[in-house]
Amino acid sequence: MKKKWYDYLWLLSLTYLILGFFNILFAWLGLLCFFIPLIIAFVYGTKSYCNRYCGRGQLFSLLGGRFGLSRRHDIPQWMKSKAFRYGFLIFFCVMFLQMLWNTYLVFAGTADLQQAVTLLWTFKLPWHWAYLGNAVNPGAAQFAFGFYSVMLTSTVLGLITMVLFKPRSWCVYCPMGTVTQLICKVKNKE
Amino acid sequence: MEKIKRKPRKAHVAENDCVACGCCAKVCPMQAISVYKGVKAVVDWKKCVGCGKCAKECPASVIELREIEL
Repeated sequence: MKKKWYDYLWLLSLTYLILGFFNILFAWLGLLCFFIPLIIAFVYGTKSYCNRYCGRGQLFSLLGGRFGLSRRHDIPQWMKSKAFRYGFLIFFCVMFLQMLWNTYLVFAGTADLQQAVTLLWTFKLPWHWAYLGNAVNPGAAQFAFGFYSVMLTSTVLGLITMVLFKPRSWCVYCPMGTVTQLICKVKNKE
Repeated sequence: MEKIKRKPRKAHVAENDCVACGCCAKVCPMQAISVYKGVKAVVDWKKCVGCGKCAKECPASVIELREIEL
């Protein structure tokens, strides 16, 4: 099959992750991965984003498939259950809101900018080299650190399940995938 | 000896567990599988040749080959 332009979007995902090492403000671009799938689901009622354009999914399928970094075992039954998928979505949203709250505190001036990336919602990694000074409001930088934490955490989780199960196991419990499928279900019932 | 006649095997999706990611559609050599309205994968059994690529690819492992009578 002939490759289309959107088959190379994994390059963008990879570039995004790399840019975050050099300047944290690039993390803002990650919002595209949040809004594009939602807009497609709301407007067209499809999961075209997952099906075609998701660079992260392509990256996993390249690493797990072409590079063979996956055991290719079946994902456990509980991980594909509705309870786990919706539960993970809720957990993800709560953590996201907490990140927004921390951002707000920095914007409001009640908290200081934390130049760290929090991995798996627990481990604070020093990341000060990617913050190049006071060009922007500290709140905007705090959001970048927080958002990059979200993106890096989900990539790490995705990589772990890629190795353990199938290349794109992340797609099973990806919060964006769950929420866009939910939107499509509601929209197409009308 | 009488020959046992088997029906052709085709991809079957457990629709309730499908996450509609579209990994199956990407690998299908016959373009027989597609994601219906962002909800679930649907197989066109007229096109499906039962190669099993989609079943192998499916991250949720919800596709299996079954003997299906058209």
